[in-house]
Amino acid sequence: MTLKIPPHQHLKNHPEELPSAVETCLQAIEQAKPLNAFVHLLADRARHKAVEVAQATGQGEELPLRGMILAVKDNIAIEGTSLSCASRILKDFKSLFTATAVARLEKAGAIIIGKTNLDEFAMGSSCENTIFGPTHHPLDWERVPGGSSGGSAVAVAAGLVHAALGSDTGGSVRQPAAFCGVVGLKPTYGRVSRYGLVAFGSSLDQIAPFATNCQDAFAVLCIMGGKDEHDSTSAAYPMSYPTEGLKPLGEKLRIGLPKEYLEEGLQAEIAEVVLQVARGLEKAGHDLVEISLPYSKLAVGVYYILATAEASSNLARYDGARYGFREHSAESLQDIYTHSRAGGFGREVRRRIMLGTYVLSAGYYDAYYKKAQRVRRLVLGDFLDAFGKVDVILAPTTPTTAFKIGEKIDDPLAMYLSDVYTTPANLAGIPAVSVPAGKDTKRLPIGVQIMGPHFSDELILQVGCDIERLHGRI
Amino acid sequence: MGEYEAVIGLEVHAQLMTETKAFCTCPNRYGAPPNTLVCPVCLGMPGILPVLNRAMLEQAMKLALAVGATVHPRSKFDRKNYFYPDLPKGYQISQYDEPFSTGGSIELKVDGHRKSIRIRRIHLEEDAGKSMHQADGSTIVDMNRCGVPLVEIVSEPDMSTPAEARAYLNEIRRLVRWLDVCDGNMEEGSLRCDANVSVHRKGSEAFGIATEVKNMNSIRGVERALAYEIERQIGVVEGGGTITRQTLLWDETEEIARPMRRKESSDDYRYFPEPDLVEVVVPSEWAERISRDLVELPRARCMRFCQEYGLAEATAEVLAGERGVADYFEALAKESGDPRRAANWVQGDVLRILKERNCDIASFPVSVSDLAGLMNEVETARLSLSGAKKVLDRMIETGRSPESIIEQEGFAQTSDAREIEEVAREILAKFPSEVIKYKSGKKNLFGFFVGETMKATKGQANPKVASEILQRLLS
Repeated sequence: MTLKIPPHQHLKNHPEELPSAVETCLQAIEQAKPLNAFVHLLADRARHKAVEVAQATGQGEELPLRGMILAVKDNIAIEGTSLSCASRILKDFKSLFTATAVARLEKAGAIIIGKTNLDEFAMGSSCENTIFGPTHHPLDWERVPGGSSGGSAVAVAAGLVHAALGSDTGGSVRQPAAFCGVVGLKPTYGRVSRYGLVAFGSSLDQIAPFATNCQDAFAVLCIMGGKDEHDSTSAAYPMSYPTEGLKPLGEKLRIGLPKEYLEEGLQAEIAEVVLQVARGLEKAGHDLVEISLPYSKLAVGVYYILATAEASSNLARYDGARYGFREHSAESLQDIYTHSRAGGFGREVRRRIMLGTYVLSAGYYDAYYKKAQRVRRLVLGDFLDAFGKVDVILAPTTPTTAFKIGEKIDDPLAMYLSDVYTTPANLAGIPAVSVPAGKDTKRLPIGVQIMGPHFSDELILQVGCDIERLHGRI
Repeated sequence: MGEYEAVIGLEVHAQLMTETKAFCTCPNRYGAPPNTLVCPVCLGMPGILPVLNRAMLEQAMKLALAVGATVHPRSKFDRKNYFYPDLPKGYQISQYDEPFSTGGSIELKVDGHRKSIRIRRIHLEEDAGKSMHQADGSTIVDMNRCGVPLVEIVSEPDMSTPAEARAYLNEIRRLVRWLDVCDGNMEEGSLRCDANVSVHRKGSEAFGIATEVKNMNSIRGVERALAYEIERQIGVVEGGGTITRQTLLWDETEEIARPMRRKESSDDYRYFPEPDLVEVVVPSEWAERISRDLVELPRARCMRFCQEYGLAEATAEVLAGERGVADYFEALAKESGDPRRAANWVQGDVLRILKERNCDIASFPVSVSDLAGLMNEVETARLSLSGAKKVLDRMIETGRSPESIIEQEGFAQTSDAREIEEVAREILAKFPSEVIKYKSGKKNLFGFFVGETMKATKGQANPKVASEILQRLLS
């Protein structure tokens, strides 16, 4: 991976170069067009912002993210620009407001260069379910970059931007980060405001950063995180970005290895990398502890009940009545609804709406939704127990490395199982980061995942930094 | 109803009078041009999130405490999912299985008997927009009402006649207005009522199948719709038919209830906990403070009026019919120092004028001190009672002070004996035969002479002085 634009540290010290860096960035994106990472460019907006940030220099303004160029997944709102969610139903829709996370990044001097491809409404694990066509893996064009935030992962992996925003509901940032060989952090639920993120599974969604390293992910998290009066579920947990950045780990940690995450179904090379990393961390002075998270095995099932239940309600507003796609041949109100939604949503979205509607229906609610809520608490309970014994948990991010385009698109269950190691953190609301830690025999990246207790985002990133150092030696 | 009994339960929706909407900062106001009081949040745009307005909780708490309900320290919001163009998110934020409060009751007095109607629950929710069906068959939508805070007050099925339902609604309306949480305007829809009603033979243990009647936009409408539906149900049962569970819409002009067009499937709102909002937490200190600061309630105030001012209960009830009227009366009682007379003035003239002018007490143009001044003029005999009433009417018409009206329009009562005697003599001279009859024993003609004297002085003569003079002249 080579960065196609000047490093942000350089631009921070040479803000006068920002306007030309933006042009370089736009050219690089143009050259990388076949990857299909971007779906809308915000060229004029970025140029304008570059001049503004360059001019703000010397006026004593605090711009901690000055020099950083970012891409944003096209399910996060920026006023006056596309918010397609890669769906026909919102194809030409423009947002009336800006997401809190984006507004905070821009206020800190970051430049948003464009909106990236995704699985429709963030539903998918391959970036294939999109009206814009699939995004390609930058190292092997026949493969998927992972999803749903595939476009953002590729934008960072291909060196087109310094960092990017995705959203992680069941692994939609960590899984593509692992596939593409970049860092992907799902913050603690509530750490980053969801205001402006198009809702999929509201109790699971978090806006989440991609970066080439844990330091940059930390910077983006600190700036965009914190309490937001527009989001009742955002946590009043203090967030400030220390000028020196992420500090090195000062203490010896107890690192848990959950045995259930290393059993059958895991690609052997990935298991090997996880164990290598574990040994490396042990050598660096940390303690390894084998732990058990028995309920994590139920996480994918529980996730696909709860996330689809919430989605079936969250996506009800796209009905052709007020904005977005409407099937004009429809005559009755009922037909406007059914035809617009049938024509506006893709297959996977329709499948999940049906599933979610079903599990909430009278007579099935207790058997599915309510039971799933109970198991969700058990999954959380597992983690709380574990964090009584260990400080962080080390696990694989994905069961396989990047698979081929088309390989799983007609097999939803196989696709859903891509999320087997990532959904537990969303259900528990805990932070988790995927850090690149090796490659398989096809030279495809392998990511390892570090999970920590609620609000330990900084700690898991510190561990991530250690792994980055180890990886350099592996 | 004869050998049948009806069972009635009401669901009342009251729009709370908060400054802003339930989950966004748009103004909560009626009557603005369509779709002007909206924002991305209440329009349910992609990416928005609701944030609860605390004032909504505070107003709901006042109402719950006033009916003696238990406000739960924790409750939660749920989503009620259904599709309709005036529901922009495709779901309504409401409360399902953990409502804001449960219990409480409303005391009624109907046709002389007292009855207590239990309240099952009060929960919080947001209003939907307003669909307006056009003559050409199209429907247009005004989203100003989207997100207006509502409380839904669900009664137990404790009412058995349309009159009780009317009394219950009157009581709810009085209460929400009294507490300043809702203006109670049924025409504008700030207070709405749906009714559930069933009938069964007297003495039968089992209730009949209930139907739901909607779309009544006045308290009278509710009463009529219920009377209609009860009669219809009895007719069906008498004819050997069975009642089916259904929703009927009341047609106010035709005075009939029509079955709502059947939906293709039965309603399944797929309620589930609203993940975008945190639990509603009401700390006990907060509930205690609101309870402590709660205004004196209508019933308590009525009783106090009886005890403190020695009023008849019927009078006290009229005065406590509305908080503004009760406040006006009490201020007038204090200012004038004569609670009973104050009660007569308010119950009589003030309420009559309000009714004539179709306005409420807040816009009653005569201040308490001006009315007390007028009462004082009667007390000191400068004005007759009827003169004072005329002055009051003139004050309303002209907006001028009682002083200037009395002086400039000649309402002052005269006690000048010479002046009155002069008129009295003229009257006696005018009716010689009546004088003879009086002197020969027809003493009840005395009132006639007084009346004529008063008439001749345009009511300005002090009747007491006039009587004394006439007594003397006729003896």
